[in-house]
Amino acid sequence: MFTDEVTGVMRAPDAAGRFGRFGGRYLPEALVPAAEAVEVAFREAWADTAFTAEYRRLLATYVGRPTPLTECVRLSERLGVRVLLKREDLAHTGSHKINNVLGQALLARRMGKRKLIAETGAGQHGVATATAAALLGLACTVYMGHTDVRRQAVNVFRMELLGAEVVPVTSANGVGTLKEATNGALRAWVNETEHAHYCIGSTMGPHPYPWMVREFQRVIGDEARAQCAEVPDVVVACVGGGSNAAGTFAGFVDTPARLVGVEAAGGAAVDKGKLGVLHGFMSHFLQDEDSQVLEAHSISAGLDYPGVGPEHVHLAETGRVRYTSVTDEQALRALKLLTRTEGILPALESAHALAWVVDAAATGELAAGSTVLVTLSGRGDKDIQQIREHLG
Amino acid sequence: MSVGLGLRADGRRLLIPYVMAGVVPDWLDLVRGVVEAGADAVEIGLPFSDPMLDGPTVQRASALSAGRGGRPGPLLDELAGLDLDVPLVVMTYANVAMTLAPERGVGGFVDHLAAVGVRGVIVPDLPLEESAEYRARAAEAGVDAVLLVAPACGDDRCREIARASSGFVYCMSSMQITGERADLAQTARETARRVKGMTELPVVTGFGISTVQHAVEACADADGIVIASVLMRMLVDGAPVAQVVEEVATFRRALSSVQHSPVGG
Repeated sequence: MFTDEVTGVMRAPDAAGRFGRFGGRYLPEALVPAAEAVEVAFREAWADTAFTAEYRRLLATYVGRPTPLTECVRLSERLGVRVLLKREDLAHTGSHKINNVLGQALLARRMGKRKLIAETGAGQHGVATATAAALLGLACTVYMGHTDVRRQAVNVFRMELLGAEVVPVTSANGVGTLKEATNGALRAWVNETEHAHYCIGSTMGPHPYPWMVREFQRVIGDEARAQCAEVPDVVVACVGGGSNAAGTFAGFVDTPARLVGVEAAGGAAVDKGKLGVLHGFMSHFLQDEDSQVLEAHSISAGLDYPGVGPEHVHLAETGRVRYTSVTDEQALRALKLLTRTEGILPALESAHALAWVVDAAATGELAAGSTVLVTLSGRGDKDIQQIREHLG
Repeated sequence: MSVGLGLRADGRRLLIPYVMAGVVPDWLDLVRGVVEAGADAVEIGLPFSDPMLDGPTVQRASALSAGRGGRPGPLLDELAGLDLDVPLVVMTYANVAMTLAPERGVGGFVDHLAAVGVRGVIVPDLPLEESAEYRARAAEAGVDAVLLVAPACGDDRCREIARASSGFVYCMSSMQITGERADLAQTARETARRVKGMTELPVVTGFGISTVQHAVEACADADGIVIASVLMRMLVDGAPVAQVVEEVATFRRALSSVQHSPVGG
């Protein structure tokens, strides 16, 4: 049901870009031709061995793939379950975001575009996009909510150092986080479709983005599957828009492994969101009874998004993946635990996935001795200021 | 009856001012005023938290309305008391159209429009491929679903949109979000001319019509224009409704100078 009968991998969406009821392409007419062009280019490129060879070459020689699988001996002893980490924090630029961005940057170059537009919350996707733009000689503008510009000042500097322009997005009724950054990037795309490619950072947005981003991120799951001697009992990933989770689950959806997606409690769109349309796709969004989309609240800027990728809602509705949420406090406790026991400082996003493991081990939801694979989507250096404010 | 029915026949150029519902306390007076000033229809915006296609001015108008407690459903209800002799066309985004009456989806929304006397609707992020149900339900409710054409649309797509649209066809003047600009984009007239050859419906140009000169220039090819940001900027900057009404009257007088020129080339 979830996998292609021939290839055994997670299915492509239908012709309208839907995963079950979710997805689609809800765009103003000015952007429909641009999104169609991205779809055509991606389909052709993904079937072109020269393109995929170049992509794989960059993943190996530039990103540093395959990223390792780390067995956490001391943490495992503490929790009573065997914890394996898929180390996307060791990828170039410090997170899984680079996998998708390099794919899209190569695609943009193939399409003859001269510029990348991106939105960013925590800054990981912005840094990755600025990096890929520098590598391929493309211009780059990153849209970022004004609050995030302040709380991720170091990442703003990194992007500027890489040659990108960072545009703070302020709106009269917003709080300056990822939702507004996405609005800003979409509006910029309307104005610049002719020469710019919108490099969306997660499995969200109009078709083909949720599918394309998942395909560029499936390298996480495919590698992890090959690196695990046996299929883990449980596979866990954090979910904001859901790209590291989609990429991870893609490697295990056809196995007996339990799949768990962990959202931030203040942005748990799968569970608490309602059906709606935002940023070009139909999914679950946090919204009030007057159809106004609400702000998400999380200590992690990367999970500060009121919606979730359409495939995740489909996987939740069909029961293949269980989605749950943890609080900021749980995430911080897990972050501290991993840092102290293993010497690995995770990104706040990834700490959410770990927090679920810690709690599930304590409550017995994870049976003693079971094997849990957690995707460590990024490293915590970028969050050091927030971590210091809360734990210092 | 279609929103624009008969408007092309006599060469009168359509003037469609945009008013964000609830932007100022006396916004209904503004709607009445722009009709008295010569509007042929009024586009009513409903506030939405994330207006993808709107520039800073309309965003501010939306935020002003929301900040005053403006909510799409009750604002629509306020329109029911208006007794106007021109049609009202509501513009909002897909999330509002599809979730305002969650149990009835887009059908509940267009029924609501019809119940308060609204005759047309524009939902810019429901493009052709996603709009079949919306258009069908709007037709059942007797509300014209106006679709947009953008300069980037190829001829085949323009033709399909023109065929699927009702009331009028709304041409974006350029590949840009709403907002005031110094010049009318070159693509404005080209797009209107292209679409006019494909439909009997009125072709109305909007986005970036900032001055009477732009309006007159655009109407050399289009059957009419929408003006939005210039009016909303006056309001959010504190201009009284009467001053905005006078601005609309100025546009009306300017468009009258081209009303008898040949239509449709």
